[in-house]
Amino acid sequence: MSEHEVDKSKRGLLVATGVLGGVAGVAAAVPFVGSMFPSERAKAAGAPVEADISKLGPGEMQIVEWRGRPVWIVKRTKEMLEGIKKSDGKVSDPNSEVPQQPAYAKNEFRSIKPEIAVLEGVCTHLGCSPQFKSVEAKGDMGQDWNGGFFCPCHGSKFDFAGRVFAGSPAPKNLEVPKYKFVGDTKIVIGEDTKGA
Amino acid sequence: MAALDKRPITGAGPLNGVLTWIDARFPLISLWEEQWGKYVAPKNFNFWYYFGSLSAFVLVLQIVTGIFLTMNYKPDAAQAFASVEYIMRDVWGGWIIRYMHSTGASAFFICVYLHMFRGLLYGSYRKPRELLWIFGMLIYLSLMAEAFFGYLLPWGQMSYWGAQVIVNLFSSIPFIGEDLSIWIRGDYVVSDATLNRFFAFHVIAIPLVLLGLVAAHLMALHEVGSSNPDGVEIKKQPKDPQTGLPLDGIYSHPYYTVKDALGVVVFLIVFSAIMFFLPEMGGYFLEYNNFIPADPLKTPPHIAPVWYFTPYYSILRAIPPLFNSQFPGVLAMGLATMILFLLPWLDRSPVKSIRYKGPLFKSALAVFVIVFLILGYLGTEPTNVWGQFGPWLANADRATVVARICTALYFLFFFLMPWYSRRDRWQPEPARLT
Repeated sequence: MSEHEVDKSKRGLLVATGVLGGVAGVAAAVPFVGSMFPSERAKAAGAPVEADISKLGPGEMQIVEWRGRPVWIVKRTKEMLEGIKKSDGKVSDPNSEVPQQPAYAKNEFRSIKPEIAVLEGVCTHLGCSPQFKSVEAKGDMGQDWNGGFFCPCHGSKFDFAGRVFAGSPAPKNLEVPKYKFVGDTKIVIGEDTKGA
Repeated sequence: MAALDKRPITGAGPLNGVLTWIDARFPLISLWEEQWGKYVAPKNFNFWYYFGSLSAFVLVLQIVTGIFLTMNYKPDAAQAFASVEYIMRDVWGGWIIRYMHSTGASAFFICVYLHMFRGLLYGSYRKPRELLWIFGMLIYLSLMAEAFFGYLLPWGQMSYWGAQVIVNLFSSIPFIGEDLSIWIRGDYVVSDATLNRFFAFHVIAIPLVLLGLVAAHLMALHEVGSSNPDGVEIKKQPKDPQTGLPLDGIYSHPYYTVKDALGVVVFLIVFSAIMFFLPEMGGYFLEYNNFIPADPLKTPPHIAPVWYFTPYYSILRAIPPLFNSQFPGVLAMGLATMILFLLPWLDRSPVKSIRYKGPLFKSALAVFVIVFLILGYLGTEPTNVWGQFGPWLANADRATVVARICTALYFLFFFLMPWYSRRDRWQPEPARLT
């Protein structure tokens, strides 16, 4: 073989080495990409929390922090429950077909007891926390308002069962977390009778 | 071997010896001459040509002030807000360093937007400067990432909820969105893990990328040469027999060194006035809600990004959800930034500069600028800022309707450009600069 000719017989080896090196490089990226997922501690931080609702008056809302998110507990009055019924035709998922709640909350008021609502206060649009708007807030919410929640970020509206009104940017109803009653005045959030 | 071939340095007085020694071992003189000292630029740079060097100046300012801020800042959700207040109140000179950095962020975007507008005016993105434009666009994207990551660090209400909304944008991507947003946050909500990694991105990862891109941008510029307000390629001109330079070319140094230095002086006067007297700029540079510590349980009544993101935020809000998904809005927002990459190929005019383009292009550009400003303003306000239309338009928010029209015009500026830039009247460029 002359000095000026390229020795092509070694090309295959070069290509194979290059490909293997590339594979090794991609494999080396795994721990880096993986390290950005939630750590074991972050995963374990979802322990259930207990809320005492003995001081919660009718029509009032209490906010509890669970997994770093706000969870609302609302003691709904007759008027508020009536408002939910009136909204049936205006919400996009009136029968809670989308699994945004445990099976025991897939009912008319999306709760275990009709008068106690437990909802994750996180808008299903982009994660802002909506504001409580009472039945009386017809001034800013319009004359047909029957009470519920309003998200300040992009204007999504929900009724007092956390069902999203059609035409809102939010695609789904507010999530109902797992919860259970311990006696009459204590609620455990993040755990139900089947466990956490 | 190069060392032996090089001529000794002369003309530097007592430094001749040192410079000769260095130059024999490192291409000091040739680097300086290629990149600036002997770089030949057109002689007719006007006002608009200040903003490239000013952007570079602000970059240096941000890096230096940023380094000193990290000496006292704590990237920890429990301590971050307090450590910023500590810098403001207890660290000697801390307040001025922080105000330089926060005002510098807005100044950076002002300079970059004006620099990009210069490109639009004079067709600086046209052949042979396509890659130069693309490097510039990559700098712009990195800068947006840098600003977004940095904005979480003070851990105020706007920091927190801004990050919450932007990260959740990714969750609207079909199929992988939910996992992707968890991966970005490193948690199920914006939390300490998120703050810590955003700090890493803000102080190390993105600045390294930015510096690399700026180097590539400058190397590409000095390879193809600067454009100018007439769009005349000075490299194609005959050479002046006395100087050996193109007829309309001058050395950057000292001519543009002096010009840019004047620009820095004027810039610093304006910058200092803002920094000392209006550091919050009426809530536009530092939003009032960000003086409240982050509260994951309570969203502020009105959230808006900082002004430099608001045109895109308006576009995001203007697009209604389709098929129960916010993804179309997110897509439109992404497209609104990405489409700028294609400018070199969308503009089909035979001439580069607006000086020789016709009424179609001029009016299109004017409409584009107005639309960009309106979108920017609307993005800072709630959607009901202008009230509602009557029942004849289903009580729609006036601002939302205007934002939709502006979004359509924004995209039409680009989509129709191949057509109107070719159809437009034009005059031939002169042989010499005017």
